[in-house]
Amino acid sequence: MLKQVGKIIMINGSIIHTTGADTLSMMEIVEVGQSHLIGEVIKIIDEKVVIQVYEDTSGIKPEEPIYGTGMPLSVELGPGLIGSIFDGIQRPLQKLWEKTGSFIQKGVQVNALDQKRKWHFVPQKTDGDSIKSGEAIGWVWETTSIKHFILCPPSIEGKLENVVAEGDYTISQTIAKIRVGERYHKLTMVQKWPVRIERPIYKRQLPKSPLITGQRVIDLLFPLAKGSTAALPGGFGTGKTILQHQIAKWCDADIIIYIGCGERGNEMTEVLVEFPELQDPRSGRSLMERTILVANTSNMPVTAREASIYTGITMAEYYRDMGYDVALLADSTSRWAEALRELSGRMEEMPAEEGFPAYLATRLAQFYERAGVVETVEGTKGSISVIGAVSPPSGDFSEPVTMHTKRFISTFWGLDKDLANERHYPSVNWLNSYSDNLDDIQEWWQEHVDHTWRSMRDRVVEILSQEDELQKIVKLVGSDALPDNQRLVLLIARIIRESFLQQNAYHDIDKYASPQKQIAMLRVILFFYDEAKKIIKRSIPISRIQGLAVLGDVFRMKEDIKENQLDQFRGLEDKIYQEITCLVESYK
Amino acid sequence: MTLINKEYTNLKKILGPLIVVEGVEGAGYGEMVEIALKGHPLRHGRVLQVDEQRAVIEVYQGTINIAKKNCKVHFKGKPMVVRVSKEMLGRMFNGMGEPTDGMPSPMDGDQRDINGLPLNPICRTYPRDYIETGISIIDLMTTLIRGQKLPIFSGNGLPHNKLVAQIIRQANISEQGNENFAIVLAAMGLKNNEAEFFKQNFETMGAAKNVAMFLNLADDPSIERLVTPRVALTAAEYLAFDLGMHVLVILTDMANYAEALREVSSAREEVPSRKGYPGYFYSDLASLYERAGRIKGHKGSITQLPILSMPNDDITHPIPDLTGFITEGQIILERELTVRNVYPPVNVFPSLSRLMKNGIGKGMTRDDHPALASQLYAAYSHVKNIRSLVQVIGEDEISELDKCYLHFGEILEKKLINQGYYEKRTMEETLDLAWQVLSILPEEVLNRVSREQLEKHYGNKNSR
Repeated sequence: MLKQVGKIIMINGSIIHTTGADTLSMMEIVEVGQSHLIGEVIKIIDEKVVIQVYEDTSGIKPEEPIYGTGMPLSVELGPGLIGSIFDGIQRPLQKLWEKTGSFIQKGVQVNALDQKRKWHFVPQKTDGDSIKSGEAIGWVWETTSIKHFILCPPSIEGKLENVVAEGDYTISQTIAKIRVGERYHKLTMVQKWPVRIERPIYKRQLPKSPLITGQRVIDLLFPLAKGSTAALPGGFGTGKTILQHQIAKWCDADIIIYIGCGERGNEMTEVLVEFPELQDPRSGRSLMERTILVANTSNMPVTAREASIYTGITMAEYYRDMGYDVALLADSTSRWAEALRELSGRMEEMPAEEGFPAYLATRLAQFYERAGVVETVEGTKGSISVIGAVSPPSGDFSEPVTMHTKRFISTFWGLDKDLANERHYPSVNWLNSYSDNLDDIQEWWQEHVDHTWRSMRDRVVEILSQEDELQKIVKLVGSDALPDNQRLVLLIARIIRESFLQQNAYHDIDKYASPQKQIAMLRVILFFYDEAKKIIKRSIPISRIQGLAVLGDVFRMKEDIKENQLDQFRGLEDKIYQEITCLVESYK
Repeated sequence: MTLINKEYTNLKKILGPLIVVEGVEGAGYGEMVEIALKGHPLRHGRVLQVDEQRAVIEVYQGTINIAKKNCKVHFKGKPMVVRVSKEMLGRMFNGMGEPTDGMPSPMDGDQRDINGLPLNPICRTYPRDYIETGISIIDLMTTLIRGQKLPIFSGNGLPHNKLVAQIIRQANISEQGNENFAIVLAAMGLKNNEAEFFKQNFETMGAAKNVAMFLNLADDPSIERLVTPRVALTAAEYLAFDLGMHVLVILTDMANYAEALREVSSAREEVPSRKGYPGYFYSDLASLYERAGRIKGHKGSITQLPILSMPNDDITHPIPDLTGFITEGQIILERELTVRNVYPPVNVFPSLSRLMKNGIGKGMTRDDHPALASQLYAAYSHVKNIRSLVQVIGEDEISELDKCYLHFGEILEKKLINQGYYEKRTMEETLDLAWQVLSILPEEVLNRVSREQLEKHYGNKNSR
């Protein structure tokens, strides 16, 4: 049984003051009141200990007891995480449902991982081998595509004894002992790690390869490197969540951790319904077999929302340490920041901008800095890429969360209300978005896809910015007043926008485009531009070019040409060449 | 616990809607309080903060007439509850859930905590199927899906109450008849005239049997508005998840709710965030809106249609802004259309129903619905572009096709969007009407609908 360490003296929403709890330490998990709600120590002032409670505190009274656990807020790490859906403090929602029904009751405690399920463990080290933290003693198949390595926990080093034979074990059974000096450390398949502390890194590396998302505006214009960080801010209705879902579905990470942080319940349901049915384009297995969900929807307790981000990233670090590429998507970090603000307000702290606490920027930095590429002890490479949605009030990017986030991320996808109103999705604004990863991943593209990637990309950006300038004139005098070469720029920019940047998340073929297809599409567009430019110089009017039949094919190529028919792009270029030649002939 | 019957007569402070009681023992956070004041009806309140000596209480009926020593405060030892029963349908209540139609309170039924509990996301089922409002532009372009929360953003002086009354009168779930369908109206800060309007409508309506109304009037204490939607949603949850009904909850006007929330927050001297609204404004709104949905293993659903008037028509104001972040789309009313006598003045462009794709099309509305809606949207946005061009260069300078588009835009607004207050259009009628309007445009420019659909519906060859 847990020991009572103090009693409650004040309750204000999710913040509770206690007295007489001298033994409690900072960040320690406590159980609050007779109903044993879960809470965490966040301040110690003289006699008084301030606790934030992860559940609704209605009905809690002064004088009720506080119990200490001696542990900071921790997550369980071991096989069985993948395919699960947890709340903000890693309680499995499936188990909560079985225990308490459709609505989440208070004071329910369940283990994150299934204690009874047996896993087929295959040792790869034997008695007498020395082992140090981060090295694998063996592995289990967690899903058909994920080999889950059982790692020696951080800061333990010694000689192995009593390694069990290959066979089926539960996560709590001892699979080996490690002799550290005179003492023994029992090794099981599960370890606990405090969520607010970064797991130690053996060696950091620089990001080198891109996280391919299959979304053209991202991969080609504003790419994100594996191990890097991105923010996607946008007002409501700009398609943040759909873009996050698209990335979670199609990106080439090994493990996806999706944190629904203070967002809609129905969106989590959508993920739960859709993902098991979709196929990972690389492994051919169900997408749920690489996904972990953390769901703390907007009506669930705000304190657990604050913790959900850390719960998610700690699990990400665990898989990173096994040498996997993990993509962590958080939707939305603004709701997390608001949770900070609410708790800070209830503690009567001095507010900084817009009521947010002064430590907002520090917390954001701590979170994003847990991304990165690392070399594991085993010599393999793992990474965490963090993609955080931001929900700026009224879509105004000058608000504190967006502004501070921009300081700590390397890729910025600004979502645009006007584009969304035109039903241009993904509504990534090409004028204010940026990527700091372009130079890092250039080599990868040259080596694996196409050596002209960077120059093509830069040309597209240039055409789009030219268009922006020209549109200002068009608004005043109409497009007919422009010379033909400028009207050609407008035409090409329109092709780029509609046939390349717009991508339909619900279209079977268009929802995902491989890097090869993306390059091929771009090559067609730029080929058309070059050919058209030549004949404009020979005074063939733009209206004739606009009337070319092949343009229809160009506009439809994203939906017409499948991934296994990429050679058809070559045919499209030929058709462009023929039609343009015909046009020139008719003017001779 | 035995402390329940203890009464306190000594108030320390009275601050706006809040009272502070000294020397309290055993009061729990969030529990209900009764305040007895001689010569006045019993008042109710809730504990907002409690420590060893004092409790801060918000008094729902306001603190007028309360003095430091003239009242008895009684802690109930449980959160605020409401008695739920099927008998609530066809009845009218005040904002606290007490009957105002002269009949006694429903006697049978459970007592439920009005704050509800968060729904486990894993238990939700994805919203599908639609509710027919009988209003063309909503059914066609922003279809309301069962389990969805779809707000109407309006402005002062726009006919949102009229629209609400029309929806209450007309809404139905077409394929199952209406035995399984109920409407719960929660009105916060309703003007007396508006309340009278609703009452009269209510009495003349044949469909009143399946409606429950909770009306908090503008001159009722503002703090009561914090209770009204919760009482209504608790009743709705009972109807939906205990009785298996499809319930449409209309919350109007959320702006008044938000004002009340700000008032209490400022009386508590909390640190404000934007425009004086409390830092937990988003979470508080979510605690209402997220009570919409469907649950695995239950037949019923809760669909929410919150109405809010945007202060000064400003969509970036915190009330519509935070609402938009929680709800699944929005229907926006526009002043300019009202001026041109178009009712309901729905601005199609920024309006959106995010869940629409799951509730329309083959087997639900009609197979041509998705393509038709997308084609109308595309054509109508082209009209918008031409209109701004015409302002610069004049109507004579544009092409014949563009003139045709202008005509199409005109008819779309006059015939399709515009609709009589007593005119109910079925989904079928709406879709046919939409094709009729679309057929003003030449067949060649309609590239978002398929050849077969054109064949079948263009010019309404078969249906008319």
